[in-house]
Amino acid sequence: MDYTSDNLFAQMGQWLVAPENWSGERGIPMRILEHLGYTGLTMLIALAVAVPIGLYVGHTGKGRVVIVSGIGILRALPTLGMVFLFVLLAGLGLLPPIWALVLLAVPPVLSGVYAGIASVNRDTVDAARAMGMSEAQILFRVEVPNGLPVILGGVRAAVLQVVATVAVVAYINLGGLGVFLVEGTQLRDYGRLFGGAVVIGVVAIAVDLLMALVQKFAVSPGLRAGRAPVRTQDSGRQKAVASAQGGTT
Amino acid sequence: MTTETSSRSMGGAARRPMIELRGVTKTYPGGQTAVNNLSLDIDRGAITVLVGPSGCGKTTTMRMINRMVEPTSGAVLVDGEDIADRKASDLRRSMGYVMQSSGLMPHRTVLDNIATVPRLNGVPRKDARTRASELLEVVGLAPDLGRRYPAQLSGGQQQRVGVARALAADPPILLMDEPFSAVDPVVRQELQEELLRLQRDMAKTIVFVTHDIDEATILGDKVAVLNIGGVLAQYATPEEILRAPASDFVAGFVGRDRGFRHLSFQEGEGVRIHSIQTIEVDRLGDPDAAVTSPWTLAVDAGGRPQGWVPQNRRSAIRSAGDLVPGGSLYRRGDTLRRALDAALSAPSGLGVAVDDEGRVVGSVRAGEILELIEDARVSRGRANYNTAV
Ligand SMILES: Nc1ncnc2c1ncn2[C@@H]1O[C@H](COP(=O)(O)OP(=O)(O)OP(=O)(O)O)[C@@H](O)[C@H]1O
Ligand SMILES: [Mg+2]
Repeated sequence: MDYTSDNLFAQMGQWLVAPENWSGERGIPMRILEHLGYTGLTMLIALAVAVPIGLYVGHTGKGRVVIVSGIGILRALPTLGMVFLFVLLAGLGLLPPIWALVLLAVPPVLSGVYAGIASVNRDTVDAARAMGMSEAQILFRVEVPNGLPVILGGVRAAVLQVVATVAVVAYINLGGLGVFLVEGTQLRDYGRLFGGAVVIGVVAIAVDLLMALVQKFAVSPGLRAGRAPVRTQDSGRQKAVASAQGGTT
Repeated sequence: MTTETSSRSMGGAARRPMIELRGVTKTYPGGQTAVNNLSLDIDRGAITVLVGPSGCGKTTTMRMINRMVEPTSGAVLVDGEDIADRKASDLRRSMGYVMQSSGLMPHRTVLDNIATVPRLNGVPRKDARTRASELLEVVGLAPDLGRRYPAQLSGGQQQRVGVARALAADPPILLMDEPFSAVDPVVRQELQEELLRLQRDMAKTIVFVTHDIDEATILGDKVAVLNIGGVLAQYATPEEILRAPASDFVAGFVGRDRGFRHLSFQEGEGVRIHSIQTIEVDRLGDPDAAVTSPWTLAVDAGGRPQGWVPQNRRSAIRSAGDLVPGGSLYRRGDTLRRALDAALSAPSGLGVAVDDEGRVVGSVRAGEILELIEDARVSRGRANYNTAV
């Protein structure tokens, strides 16, 4: 592309507004779709793996040690290295790099789901059981809705990481927004390089905002009401004083 | 003392205890024996209180009734049927459960919390909510609280919602584990009175756990005192437990002022009511309105007591604000404890007796009340031990 300026930011701006970059197979919209497609696929697999495990461990408390250390190990893996390792082991194609990204997404989802379920007040769960809820009802009607802020927090963190990291698949010619970074580097086209980076950033922010919105609507208002009880006429007198257990014993 | 009662009451099905614990023992993994060979018959339609020091196995005992805890040995029968044969979730839905922390679900509105068990039983949402809002009223909460979330309620309100939730499916049995101990004393008393009021209409079989002997004697039709290790120390009416503790442990647990508390169970019908001189507060400012007895009671236009006028300070008392404040009131027919308290708390030494509308009917005297108490004690001693000690 021909720039009319030597200034980096000016080049970036020109690249971003050039109409030819916004159409066709290799245009920005197509790349965004690819990028989000890979992100979605990665997240689907990661959720399918991590959510059931997280729910099981959170609800039963069994296998806590295993998943905590497992999460630690997964977090220590370098994603780019994993992409190439999987490609070397399994060959080119779509799935090897996706598996590497799944390894990136699983720890935040798993720890979010597990911690979300485990964080639900034990008395609430105990009362639910004592009312005659089955274990599945306790899990899905009490623990999941109450753990949702933490669970969604984990998913959100995972999505953000994946959106930012999916760019690596461009190194093995799978497209996505990472293509602009690879091409920009190879062609020394800094407008393209930084423009691509900006697009990735904007997409990441947009996805995160969307997730925040989902979180806002999915979480019960009762959990947000939190520590700000509505004052009533008689509340001054009815302050719960946990220590006021007077008596003669 | 309780093992035999089950065989005695085997007769008619209607008289059969609602809940029977048969030699129940619970040893937790780790070797802690929380309940030891406990046998207890829990009466139908009555409040049975489990009381005892912390860690004596009250909660464990109660939770074996709804299978939240499985006994190590022994059996629990409900309505004559061994609960081990029933599906745990079905059994639990037939028993309301209220605990110390309200245990309400934070993500559901008050109304939906109350509707939980009916919804589990398949009642349509709309019907369950209608019933839930009726229950709000039953437990003394404003209907608009139904749309709030638990976090937006005070502690006392949450406990009321907890009670409403336990009642929602109209279960024959209520299990209440220290339901009122996390609220302040004023609210606690309110909730206790409310529970007694509700129980008059509902006649549920209520098992109530507390570590507070006062609460136990106020609420219980029967009180089971448990000792550490889940050993039954005494099982009797509250009156009997106060009057005749079965052991030093029970006597110690019941406390030093048990004799005084026992007065709460003695009718005050026989207390003599003397006439009393009164003056209307409106006439206090009139210097010509003299008083003739050492203490004169000031009353409002409706005859309700306002305070005292000592004769020697008559001239200083010109309005209601100058009156010497009175003590507690004795409503005619109340217990001897109330009568004695009225007499002892009055600055004049004259306890003010009022009728049901709160109008002054006369005075009661501590000396005479003590005589009545003494007479009752002597005749009880005769009846129990054939002697008057
Ligand atoms: N799940 C458990 N595992 C092991 N031990 C337990 C368990 N629950 C209770 N215990 C032990 O059993 C004993 C009786 O406990 P329980 O909760 O029934 O007492 P409690 O009378 O209700 O006491 P509190 O008045 O403090 O509530 C205690 O010594 C307690 O430590
Ligand atoms: Mg307890």
